[in-house]
Amino acid sequence: MSYGTTHEHHHDDHDHKPTGLGRWLFSTNHKDIGTMYLVFALIMFFVGGAMAMVIRAELFQPGLQYVDPQFFNSLTTMHALVMIFGVIMPAGVGLANWMVPMMIGAPDMALPRMNNMSFWILPFAFTMLLGTFFLEGGAPAAGWTIYPPLVIQYGDGFPFLIFTIHFLGVSSIMGAINIIATVFNMRAPGMGFMQLPLFVWTWIVTAFLLIASMPVLAGAVTMLLTDKYFGTSFFVAAGGGDPVMFQHIFWFFGHPEVYILILPAFGIVSQIIPTFSRKPLFGYESMVYATAAIAFLSFFVWAHHMFTVGMPLAGELFFMYATMSIAVPTGVKVFNWIATMWRGSMTFETPMLFALSFVILFSIGGFSGLMLGITPADFQYHDTYFVVAHFHYVLVTGAIFALMAGVYFWIPKWTGHMYDEKLGQLHFWLSVISVNVLFFPQHFVGLAGMPRRIPDYAVQFTEWNMISSVGGFVFGLSQLLLVWVVIKCVREGKKADEQVWEGARGLEWTLPSPPPFHTFTIPPKVDAATAHS
Amino acid sequence: MSARNLKLFGGTVISLLLLAIQPAWAEYGLNLPEGVTPLSRNIYDLHMTIFYICCVIAAVVFGVMFWSIFRHRKSRGVKAAQFHHNTTVEIIWTAIPMLILVLMAIPATKSLIMIESTGDADMTIKITGYQWRWHYEYIEEDFGFFSSLAPESNEARQLKSGIDPNQIENYLLDVDNPVIVPVGQKIRFMTTAADVIHSWWVPALGWKRDSIPGFINESWAIIEEEGTYRGQCAELCGRDHAFMPIVLKAVSEDEYYNWVGDMLVAAMDAGEGADREWAMDELMERGEQVYSTFCVACHQVNGMGIPGAFKPLVGSPITTGPIDGHIDTVMNGVAGTAMAPFGMQLTDVDIAAVITYERNSWGNEIGDSVQPSTIAARR
Repeated sequence: MSYGTTHEHHHDDHDHKPTGLGRWLFSTNHKDIGTMYLVFALIMFFVGGAMAMVIRAELFQPGLQYVDPQFFNSLTTMHALVMIFGVIMPAGVGLANWMVPMMIGAPDMALPRMNNMSFWILPFAFTMLLGTFFLEGGAPAAGWTIYPPLVIQYGDGFPFLIFTIHFLGVSSIMGAINIIATVFNMRAPGMGFMQLPLFVWTWIVTAFLLIASMPVLAGAVTMLLTDKYFGTSFFVAAGGGDPVMFQHIFWFFGHPEVYILILPAFGIVSQIIPTFSRKPLFGYESMVYATAAIAFLSFFVWAHHMFTVGMPLAGELFFMYATMSIAVPTGVKVFNWIATMWRGSMTFETPMLFALSFVILFSIGGFSGLMLGITPADFQYHDTYFVVAHFHYVLVTGAIFALMAGVYFWIPKWTGHMYDEKLGQLHFWLSVISVNVLFFPQHFVGLAGMPRRIPDYAVQFTEWNMISSVGGFVFGLSQLLLVWVVIKCVREGKKADEQVWEGARGLEWTLPSPPPFHTFTIPPKVDAATAHS
Repeated sequence: MSARNLKLFGGTVISLLLLAIQPAWAEYGLNLPEGVTPLSRNIYDLHMTIFYICCVIAAVVFGVMFWSIFRHRKSRGVKAAQFHHNTTVEIIWTAIPMLILVLMAIPATKSLIMIESTGDADMTIKITGYQWRWHYEYIEEDFGFFSSLAPESNEARQLKSGIDPNQIENYLLDVDNPVIVPVGQKIRFMTTAADVIHSWWVPALGWKRDSIPGFINESWAIIEEEGTYRGQCAELCGRDHAFMPIVLKAVSEDEYYNWVGDMLVAAMDAGEGADREWAMDELMERGEQVYSTFCVACHQVNGMGIPGAFKPLVGSPITTGPIDGHIDTVMNGVAGTAMAPFGMQLTDVDIAAVITYERNSWGNEIGDSVQPSTIAARR
């Protein structure tokens, strides 16, 4: 790289990190903020995971052994809220914070102070949300979808739930604006939009989805708030309102939200597969267009989450066709990943293992998603464990696996140390086997008639639930290994060079590992070798 | 990673898939039930068709992927090709999925049109969801009844009850009053709800339909085989969502009309006594029955409720205060809480009895009582 020498001279003068607590509290540095997002997500992963462990313990056998049904409902509700808003979204933003500026050759995010605020809202928001466990009425228990009229019955924690959602929305929107502002304004010379790494592309699209959908959720929950405390009847049938309208509004946010969770995962996998195949990404343009197409279509399919509320035939047909059509761009992505591997020269380090299992297991979630999109069949599948299996395949073996792949892929760059490959692979194999033991049987019990969100079940579902619980406990424990791998990597991993991976291409790999506190204070030149990896 | 590991991984995934399509396993609760109505069979066939199509696509796509993983690896000394697009291939693999989707959409559209054809019904049953029981109303015959979780299951499902669910017949899938229907008739089901959203689901009929306050949804079924079909509420409706099952008995037409006759007689008996004076111990006895059906889920057997979720009745300002307030609360409920209005659900006798019971149980010793005539006057 022509850039290397100037860079070395330059950063020496500017690599003065602030010290102490202030470094983190007042940070405007995209790398530090990225780290905070990732650490926060990891902590919340264990908080949400602990709730899942209690859920699986209660479901290990029929009968109520450990928790009251109301508390069980709180657990399923909070597990979802924590995992969605506290783990997958912050982890995605954390990776974006770390990687987007380095990938596009920018010195930092465009709006560094806002970056600080959008992170620091999160710990307060989640303290408030988790605090509802100790209020009269307990934590929210109406499901993460907070449907009225049920949610209106909920006790003292209700306003805290609503304000938490507002805070999370504000945080997400600020994060999204920041990413858009950064990518639109701070690309290095020669880095056109069609030279952006795919991870950056998926994040631009995600950011637009966030800006378009989070205010809708904010509106919906504000109406809930006024329904409960200010005598309005937006969703109260007795007052002339419409409880189904909430579901329409909620899912108009909720379906784009699904892609907010998964598009960055697509981006991560699209960086990793070419790297370990030592071959350029197949069909870069079609990948970009497919991402945009998925995002666009995501605004026209919301009602497939609520086919059973009773819609006119024409409405059901429209939402069925629209939903099915999403399979096309999603299929294109999967085919492109496989074509990237085709005639490559593959190696199978931990990030690649997670990425490959992502392709397979996300596709399985895609297949069950297609089945769920078929309206007549959905009348059977809806609100059963089949749905639970489906969204855990796309969110755990999809989004979470991709995030883990990303962490293994980039952690040598962040820390300057290699992680322990043997431990990483052990973590992978334990996770991939246990996660299938955990979620695959849920397809069976769902089809056989087990509804979701129940703390106790008829005895014919016992065996598969036991197997599922055992898988759950092993999966939960296996994640402690991830913490160990990360700590070991930071403390004693062997030195990583700037390239890290043989097949890695792109600006971020031209920087030293770890990169200095401030990078690309002089814009790098982008040429064919560093353009989209 | 060694080739052995890869095979192990592939093997796990494939054997899991095989497990799912193995027809012999269907009887052990791995798959949708085929059901007993034209709709349920139609939906089952659609489900299997789509499932097999997905399996074929999965086999092809994952097959190519695993071929590549086995062949195109650095450890075999392969040098990476550097191609990165091919417009023809990309057009083909966009077009083929579209075609497959159209092929799937055709039978799905037909099914949907069939499902929505609710006209020309022989009889109509209105289903109302309550927290946490179902009410069935036979529109033409003009009678109705509540259907709650069977007492044996209800006892066993209490937290740390110590009762083994395996010893209870049809644990959590049994009710006190099953809904009885004739075979061979087109039955229209109208679903609605009194408090929050529920969803009425009997898998053997092939569908579930949300029951929503302020809405009436229509569905239909022609049940072709006599038998008992069980289902559950499918939409989270609060604490006891898991404990409001559905039992549907399909019987011959003769048997059905005999049962309707019995129900009409019973309905007349139930209203009996509304105009006479009731003694205290009569009210207390009836009140205990009503309490253990309608109130116990929230307020508990000991009247203590559940701290934070459901208020206690013991020493409460309502149960120990002026009786007018007590009557008002029971009949009209408390807006914005789980306390439902029971005025429409219960008869005058039942309301009078349960109020009397609540004021004179678990240490509440108000000593007063209320007569059915008082309740009737308040309506």
